[in-house]
Amino acid sequence: MQKCIKNGPLAQLLNAKKAYPVRPEPWKGPPTVSYRKMFRNQYDTDVTTWSPAGRLFQVEYAMEAVKQGSAAIGLRSKTHIVLGCVNKANSELSSHQKKIFKVDDHIGVAIAGLTADGRVLSRYMRNECINYSFTYESPLPVGRLVVQLADKAQVCTQRSWKRPYGVGLLVAGLDESGAHLYYNCPSGNYFEYQAFAIGSRSQAAKTYLERKFENFTDASRDDLVKDALMAIRETLQGETLKSSVCTIAVVGVGEPFHILDQGTVQQMIDAFEIVGEQEGPAAEPDAAAGQEASAEPEQGAAAGEGVAPMDI
Amino acid sequence: MTKQQANWSPYDNNGGSCVAIAGADYCVIAADTRMSTGYNILTREYSKICKLADKCVMASSGFQADVKALQKQLAARHLIYQHQHNKQMSCPAMAQLLSNTLYYKRFFPYYSFNVLGGLDNEGKGCVFTYDAVGSYEKVGYSSQGSGSTLITPFLDNQLKSPSPLLLSVQDAVTPLVEAEAIDLVKTVFASASERDIYTGDKIEIVVVNATGIRREYMELRKD
Repeated sequence: MQKCIKNGPLAQLLNAKKAYPVRPEPWKGPPTVSYRKMFRNQYDTDVTTWSPAGRLFQVEYAMEAVKQGSAAIGLRSKTHIVLGCVNKANSELSSHQKKIFKVDDHIGVAIAGLTADGRVLSRYMRNECINYSFTYESPLPVGRLVVQLADKAQVCTQRSWKRPYGVGLLVAGLDESGAHLYYNCPSGNYFEYQAFAIGSRSQAAKTYLERKFENFTDASRDDLVKDALMAIRETLQGETLKSSVCTIAVVGVGEPFHILDQGTVQQMIDAFEIVGEQEGPAAEPDAAAGQEASAEPEQGAAAGEGVAPMDI
Repeated sequence: MTKQQANWSPYDNNGGSCVAIAGADYCVIAADTRMSTGYNILTREYSKICKLADKCVMASSGFQADVKALQKQLAARHLIYQHQHNKQMSCPAMAQLLSNTLYYKRFFPYYSFNVLGGLDNEGKGCVFTYDAVGSYEKVGYSSQGSGSTLITPFLDNQLKSPSPLLLSVQDAVTPLVEAEAIDLVKTVFASASERDIYTGDKIEIVVVNATGIRREYMELRKD
């Protein structure tokens, strides 16, 4: 009917925007310009709706949020775990967001995704550690903490008035059973890893880690940090690696969790790195071997420098 | 009809004395190491002194179970503070926290007589003295516990000027040098252990100054 009254006064009346909310027309397919063209989902409005294929789209969208955050990586040996992250600032004028948090002397966490959600979860983790220490006079085993975190995340996937946490957490911790690195998903799943990377361009870091991970178990602490820096460099994809764009934290036997200060990190970058373009794997061992010999005493002294507790 | 009396008390007094003296750039906190119950000795080597923060140390006498619970509470709260503020609590801040924590249990108090010592934000020595429910005051020196009635008059005599009875809180610092304060503490405990049966065995002396925290011990009468 509208087709024959195209531009007349009646058409204008009919096409004018209504003051009251109008029932949308029946779905005729995706609109021509819309992000929903990608997903075409009618089952993603809330987290308590299953799709016919048995998926919870809201949870999957939450995992997308993790992939959008700036990269975070973790790797472990038998005695140490290193966490690293890329610092992304909104603009040149602002400071970067804090993505690595100390949870307790023996546990730290690196996050990717909605950092606000990450902060809230870190506060929860800190509280749990303090309460456990208070009651049992011993440090909370990492495995327990990640299960509690995972259960907390699961709750948000089964309440219609909640939304899943939009943050992935790399939990690094040391307890009686050794060094552990876990990844906690917004879905409520958790996995243990030898090394892992999350966030944007993490695939590049994961490729590097997959190549190297067999050496990690017996690697020294400094080698582990070096590998972490290399992995971070992979995610930068050409950008120069300097201590202002990354943050590194270490926890290990006899070494409480602490974030390395910028000076120490820069020294380590200078010591091992060929700053600039990415090097092929063949070129690395030659250059690294020559430099490591001279770098050892330097790294030893640098790493020994006091880092204030809980300092950024 | 007489009022029913309690046939059991949740409290016990484990005895002991604590002393603290503040100086211009140091603070000395000392306590004996004897833990008793009734007329018996439970152990001769129990520490009543607890480090709460980098520059803040607390000594408490009274019921040691309550003291231990109080120390744990403060330690946990301090951890939370460090997470939130990225730094250690200052001594005056800890003093207020201790007061609040004690008053929180106003109607089932911690049977703990505390003396808090350390350096304030400017590095000057400070001592805070408490009662069981959190009433506190910044002073130049203080003593608590079973020997306090013997120790306090002696300290008043030696350190007249900063006595809270004569001078205002502003100048709550003794004119002593660190070595003199330690010597005074040793003298005071030696005297107290002569007459107070609950004080003796050993003194644990903790000194807080700009270089850090140091601990020393001195033997006392074992009787």
